Amino acid sequence: MKKLKYALFTGCTAKQSTPEQMMSTMAVARKLNIELIELTEASCCGASHLQDYDDFLSLVLNARNIAYAEKHGLTMVTICNTCQLNTAMTKHRLDKNPELKARVNEKLAEVGLEYKGTSLVTHFLYAIIDDFGLDKIKEMVVKPLSQFNIAPFYGCHNIRPSELQNESHKTPENPYNPTSLDDLIIACGGKNVDYEQKNKCCGFHVELQAPHTAAVLAGSAIAGATDNNADMMVTPCPLCHLKLDTQTKSSSEAVGREVSLPVLHMQQMIGLALGCSAAELGLKHNVTEINFL
Amino acid sequence: MSINKISTQKVNFKVFRFNSDVDYLPYYEDYTMDVTSEEVVLDILNRIKWDHDGSFSYRRSCRHGICGICAIKVNGRSTLACKESMSTMIEYFGNDLTIEPLSTKRAVKDMIIDKGDFWEKHAAVTPYLVADIDECPSCENLVSPHDAEELDDADLCIQCGACHYACPVVEINSDFFGPAAFAAAYRFEADVRDSDGQRLIDVNEEKQGVWDCVKCIECTEVCPKGIDPFSKITKLHQMAFKKGVAKNNVATRHAVGFLHSIKRNGVLDEGGLVLYSEGVSIVKHIPVALQMFRKGKIVMPWNIVKSDNLDEIQKLIKSSSTVKF
Repeated sequence: MKKLKYALFTGCTAKQSTPEQMMSTMAVARKLNIELIELTEASCCGASHLQDYDDFLSLVLNARNIAYAEKHGLTMVTICNTCQLNTAMTKHRLDKNPELKARVNEKLAEVGLEYKGTSLVTHFLYAIIDDFGLDKIKEMVVKPLSQFNIAPFYGCHNIRPSELQNESHKTPENPYNPTSLDDLIIACGGKNVDYEQKNKCCGFHVELQAPHTAAVLAGSAIAGATDNNADMMVTPCPLCHLKLDTQTKSSSEAVGREVSLPVLHMQQMIGLALGCSAAELGLKHNVTEINFL
Repeated sequence: MSINKISTQKVNFKVFRFNSDVDYLPYYEDYTMDVTSEEVVLDILNRIKWDHDGSFSYRRSCRHGICGICAIKVNGRSTLACKESMSTMIEYFGNDLTIEPLSTKRAVKDMIIDKGDFWEKHAAVTPYLVADIDECPSCENLVSPHDAEELDDADLCIQCGACHYACPVVEINSDFFGPAAFAAAYRFEADVRDSDGQRLIDVNEEKQGVWDCVKCIECTEVCPKGIDPFSKITKLHQMAFKKGVAKNNVATRHAVGFLHSIKRNGVLDEGGLVLYSEGVSIVKHIPVALQMFRKGKIVMPWNIVKSDNLDEIQKLIKSSSTVKF
């Protein structure tokens, strides 16, 4: 198989509040022999909040990020659902609207860049499924997670709006019955847990302005996974991870019961199955104790 | 022209039953039926009533996706029964389907719910044109095609409630207006003839307003008319800044804080954003922050790795900004 190579848009949390996500991404890429060229020029995507303030500026900044991936001639891979949504949404809007694209490019020209629309933008989860293949992952597993029930938590911005998301990857995902993460868990040897909240919201985006709403959502998700005998949760989104992993106290208070489960990043789960060490996967940075190692 | 062959398959339905007059608790009834590929969900509701149990209750009227009254949930997905084809439902969920009202806790009888909260919120956003138009105008009040496009299909809403009862915030925060009311508010805020000043202020209030939206995009996913309420919510945020009605509060500072951070670092300064948004209220985050610090999850501002070519980002912010707060 030809060596896979992508332009990596790390997003901001991978460099700050979820260092373990960055570490495990690189560890898994090494194991899978995937080359990731980090887009060190990229700015924050605005996380769906800058868009609320200044839509055009947000488009220009996201188009600039994609332009750097295009310069490498590579597909842009994201490792955060919200980065994925904002970047793919920018691409969708510019590709569908030549007039808007021209206005954005007029600005980018001021810094010698151009958005062409030549690079696909896809989340690492789907790059692995579409390009690498779960069958190959399965073959490479050296330490299957067969003793664990693992609850997938998909994260809204990878599955909705489905019309946009399904432009970004080949394997179609049904937002009401998503399967990609379940399939990945099975490929890693784990038992996937079905529960009501797996495709629901974690509440992260309103943590500051509506803390009760956010805490109820996160608490319900952890409770749903727990009640279906999950030993741990896994998510492809670092924002969901932060909400589920670091806020268990407020989540527990909001749902009126103690809720706490180890939460792995998707990359940490793959890494464990492929035999990466705890240190390589940054497991010491997870707040809720990883009690099975 | 080829005519698709009609196929038939067995589907197991688990149907929500409840009569508030006689039942304390709801229960589910099972039906197995042969379903053809050309049937819609409403056909199944009709068949349950006509072939199995005449007491089964649901609302239906136009059968053309216009009246908006037959919205229910299939396997948790809000759907307009007369528009949703059974083959799509089977493709989504397989051959075991659960039929429930839009909101089980609001059930009155079977699929019929009390939509009172929906209408209350709808009414609260002044869902009509407020304009000083003479009762007997001497000429037409023209709206240009360009201005009409600004409505962005928001006027297509049929008030079916699919998005409202798919919204997780509606279930948690009873003050929250919900996506349908926001889409209605946008429809009139975007109308060049409208002169109501209060609506935009109301939909930007804390607790009830757009800032409590969790951005889960469930509303857009379920809308049978393709209205995309989420984008209308985003536009209401933007309008609040553009028209100067955005209050200086944690939610608006959170949005603006991204700009400050990007200007300074290219990337986000996570701690700085929380500080900028919360002000002195940041103290309430100290316990979680300490826990994160101990786990190596807090990067000090002076250690943040800035984006390469930061000057480009700063130049673009200068030339491309369209809003001031």
